[in-house]
Amino acid sequence: MTTAISVQDLTKVYGDRSALSHATFDVPLGAVCGFVGPNGSGKTTTIRMLLGLITPTGGTGSVLGESISHPERYLSRVGAMIEGPAFYPALSGAENLRVLASLGGFPQERVEKLLEKVGLEDRGQSKFKTYSLGMKQRLGIAAALLPEPRLLVLDEPTNGLDPSGIQEVRNLIKDLVADGTSVFVSSHLLSELEMIAEHIVMLREGKVLFSGQTSDLLKSQSAILVAKPEFAVDLSEFVSLLAKAGFEATLDDGAANVVADEHLAATINRLAFEAGITLSALTPIRPTLEETFFEMTGE
Amino acid sequence: MLHVVNAELRKLRRPTLLYSTILVVVVLTGLFTSIVFLRVGSGRGEGRRGEAITIETLSQAQGLAFGFKLVAFFLGITALCVFASQTAQEYSLGTLRNLLVRQPARMKILAGKYVSMTIFAIALVLADAIVAVAVSYALAGHAKVSTAAWFTASALAIFGKTFINVLLATMAYGTLGMILGLLFRSPISAIATGVIWTLILENILSAVVSSTTKWLPGQNFTNISQGGSPEISYHWSLIISVIYLTGAFAVVAILFKRRDVAN
Repeated sequence: MTTAISVQDLTKVYGDRSALSHATFDVPLGAVCGFVGPNGSGKTTTIRMLLGLITPTGGTGSVLGESISHPERYLSRVGAMIEGPAFYPALSGAENLRVLASLGGFPQERVEKLLEKVGLEDRGQSKFKTYSLGMKQRLGIAAALLPEPRLLVLDEPTNGLDPSGIQEVRNLIKDLVADGTSVFVSSHLLSELEMIAEHIVMLREGKVLFSGQTSDLLKSQSAILVAKPEFAVDLSEFVSLLAKAGFEATLDDGAANVVADEHLAATINRLAFEAGITLSALTPIRPTLEETFFEMTGE
Repeated sequence: MLHVVNAELRKLRRPTLLYSTILVVVVLTGLFTSIVFLRVGSGRGEGRRGEAITIETLSQAQGLAFGFKLVAFFLGITALCVFASQTAQEYSLGTLRNLLVRQPARMKILAGKYVSMTIFAIALVLADAIVAVAVSYALAGHAKVSTAAWFTASALAIFGKTFINVLLATMAYGTLGMILGLLFRSPISAIATGVIWTLILENILSAVVSSTTKWLPGQNFTNISQGGSPEISYHWSLIISVIYLTGAFAVVAILFKRRDVAN
């Protein structure tokens, strides 16, 4: 088994609306895989099918080597938080976790440890209905960690968290992956995902746009070299020079944005030097995951 | 399934639910039993539907169980509300997805819920029985009711049979609540439908067209708790209730097993 999740042609149709259409992708073992897409692109539907909550209309899939048509064979090794935390408002955070621990047959001692792990040790005895959104989110993460999962599926885990909470979740995910856990995480915070996800699955309108290594996705996008002449008067001459040499360049805030990969920086520098233009800066800029996302999804 | 029962009991034993439900049962049982003993022999009909209760009736072996079975209908309505809300809230709170991720065998979830709520219903009936006996015994002297026949072997046998009948009726109402909870997936809709049907519509129907009484589920559940009546036999009520509830439960169980959990 080399994949934590593997789906082929996975499809879900509601009436005449296709929520997911022939999705095929793999999530490698022991890595963080980001799951991105605009609202309504089919992310939550996919996650629900992986967890046995929704029956696929077509296609096949496996989680931790077991078919998704038999979720009972793998769910004891999977932790999940789907579409925000849902708990019993009249029970305390600790009691909510105990309900799930009883249900899954997990040791009750884990409850206190997990509350501590997510920073809720002081509020564990308070009723869930008194929790802030960030605290509810933390409890959801604690619930997902109850089974000491080999695969953690998180749907928008940083919703409602403050910057330090987001950082804590990021570190928590890194620690889990270091211990061998695979993490499949859907998030709209693409800058966060870029920091932690080695793999990306991108959806739009129920179809997979990209599935593979994050670095491959980013490399597939055009890089920019920002070249800034020392003297502003040289800028228009420099841009003409670039155009003659076959580069696509645009003016932006006293600099030329040249569509070119990093390895062409020396060529551009030489062009400028030979024309008697000194460059005060020559900076390669890779498109971020967010920019790539907007580019690919047309959002 | 034991894991499910344990998890469900954790929810059911939360103080706000357990104590408030027991309190309602204690108050209603105390009130109804007191009224029977304080107004016994007044000739103005203290029993169900104008039935007159005399000191002689209460002094017999069945006197001990009289107050107890009088509250059976309210116990049933309480069970209906608890079963319906405990089932439907899993949908309205979105907690069903947590349960199914931890226990994907949906029939085990359903069976575990039913067993745990049965334990809850037994606790309610026990509370009813204890309060009814205590109040009856305490007020017997004041009402000049002799308790000599209450603790004989035949009285205890009658009491045991009444306990089973009240429990069966309570479970029948509770099962109806669970069916409505699974069907409507909203506690308010499930409880409102159940209460309006059994408390209002069935009574109107029964009063207006008396021939319908033997076919109405609520009337039959209550008849079980009373051990039968001259109009409808105990066995008829038992059989018709089992047919209704088994059929309806099978339908909602299939729905529960197959329906996508998309909320």
